[in-house]
Amino acid sequence: MTITTPPIAAAAAELPPAAFWRLKGFPLIPVLILLFIAFVAVFADVLAPYDPQVGSLARRFRPPAWQDGGSMAYLLGTDHVGRDVLSRLIFGARVSMIVGITAVLVAGGIGTLLGIVSGYLGGWADQVVMRITDTWLALPALTFAIFLAAIVGPSEFNIILILGLVYWTRYARVIRGEVLSLKQREFVRLAIVAGCSSRVIMWRHILPNVINSAVVLATLMLGVVIVTEASLSFLGVGVPPPKPAWGLMMADGKKGLMVGYWWLTVLPGICIMLMVLSANLLGDWLRVKLDPQLRQL
Amino acid sequence: MSSQPLLSLEHLSAHYVSQQGARVVRAVDDVTLSLNAGGTLGIVGESGSGKTTLALTIMRLLPPAARIVSGRMMFEGENLVDKSDTEMRRVRGKRIAMILQDPMASLNPLFSIGNQVGEPLRVHEGASRAGAWQRAVALLKSVRIASPETRVSQFPHEMSGGMRQRIVGAIGISCEPRLLIADEPTTSLDLTIQAQYLDLLRDLQREHGLALIFITHNLGIVAKMCDQLAVMYAGRVVEQGPVSRIFSTPAHPYTRALLGSIPRMTDNREHLTAIEGQPPDLSALPPGCSFAPRCPMAFARCQVETPPEFAVDEGRTARCWLAAPGADAKAEMMKTSNVA
Repeated sequence: MTITTPPIAAAAAELPPAAFWRLKGFPLIPVLILLFIAFVAVFADVLAPYDPQVGSLARRFRPPAWQDGGSMAYLLGTDHVGRDVLSRLIFGARVSMIVGITAVLVAGGIGTLLGIVSGYLGGWADQVVMRITDTWLALPALTFAIFLAAIVGPSEFNIILILGLVYWTRYARVIRGEVLSLKQREFVRLAIVAGCSSRVIMWRHILPNVINSAVVLATLMLGVVIVTEASLSFLGVGVPPPKPAWGLMMADGKKGLMVGYWWLTVLPGICIMLMVLSANLLGDWLRVKLDPQLRQL
Repeated sequence: MSSQPLLSLEHLSAHYVSQQGARVVRAVDDVTLSLNAGGTLGIVGESGSGKTTLALTIMRLLPPAARIVSGRMMFEGENLVDKSDTEMRRVRGKRIAMILQDPMASLNPLFSIGNQVGEPLRVHEGASRAGAWQRAVALLKSVRIASPETRVSQFPHEMSGGMRQRIVGAIGISCEPRLLIADEPTTSLDLTIQAQYLDLLRDLQREHGLALIFITHNLGIVAKMCDQLAVMYAGRVVEQGPVSRIFSTPAHPYTRALLGSIPRMTDNREHLTAIEGQPPDLSALPPGCSFAPRCPMAFARCQVETPPEFAVDEGRTARCWLAAPGADAKAEMMKTSNVA
């Protein structure tokens, strides 16, 4: 008697990897955009033509290359202190990616954990978590985030924590609902009957079954989190200034909008829009794909 | 068989109490039963008669609204009623195992068969991952799954219904329990697989010296599988004893009515006998015998006094005034009138 193949490998072998890409309605363009942004974020140091934080007042407000007065040296122009906009957008992708993904992980981690515990254990644990969730959801997310940022002070790390703390409740809600129905499933009841402790059941039987929903929620939340991060930066309580964050770039450029320096706000705006839209389209597709009731095979 | 039964329930009652305590549902009411090691006890009754609640009571897995209000459950000399939740967890799956109503849905779709069959071993016996895996292979073999070495690393969706069923059986016996409770394990299966599964359970019982409690509303299964039978009605055991004797001479009118409602190959009745009326509302039981309103033989005493368990003959009891000592002549008379 030998163990032939590890179980996961056996399952993976079932589905040839190529099949994944041929799935109906796969949002190819959004995924390519996200991959592109991720690529840019990772290789920002190599890709950016200039240092994003150093400018020269001698070349302020240069327009993009295709406009009168623009030059190929500064493809997307320069800002009010003469920093290269393209380089700042490239490094801004890094900030958005890091903040977006880690904040979603923090929110997802807290929310999934509390959702499982409250859904599975029920009783007073459920009451406590759900009442906190209700309170949380009653607060407007952005105001709440500004309030927290005002307390702990702006920094990239703090922004991640704040976004995680603001958005975990959505996870808790959804995951709890999922757990309530899983709890009634026969395989969970069999585990109870087999003498598994609540901890073992939550960890081994519930968690793997809610991961699907958590992933879908994460992609949908990515957009929300990035917009909130941009809003916070725009309002000056987000990523602190010299760092190039897209929201911050828009804030810096907004005074120039009325006098024709459109590229300072429109370009980072387009970046935010593309990233959020792509994340949402991917999330929508995943939601349908991973939900057997909505799946059309 | 040993003189001391493996499991004996003594005047066990489990009630559902509504939040304000206004409504009390006597789902299990004053049940006294016993089961010897290696024996098979069938529990029959219609839906809502308390069969499943009784099983959950034995497992100490009653929903929060229900509690055991009185009685003892002696299992291998220990009273399960007094055990803490942690102690009970060590009994469940290890000494008393249970197969649920829908074994088809009892497997976690995300784990391999080996993981799931080995889980009780890891939980109860601290088996290592590899050790549990190897024993899972042996268990699959014992429930007659072909090529267990490859099956063990597959997932539930790769199995047929009958195989999943047998895998659930393998999980049940993985820790060599002394008692296996099967709660309507065959209701979701078609007839051929049902028969195979029952054969398998019986073989496992013989090989491992298991005691079985079979909860069902299928009297055919009882006849095939069980040596003892308890008939439940409205939370009470109205008649219990050896299957053969209950089938040949049912003492309680309810049992008689149940048996009368089974179609037989040999009979040429135009219509099957149905039991008139509805089972009573368990939160508002009639004062006397709970079957009295539907009983064709009920008389004045039945409406006012709840019958205790009377010994009918060796090892058989019935909760019916007709079975009371001295009521023989009357019972005889009633029986003949009913048959005619």
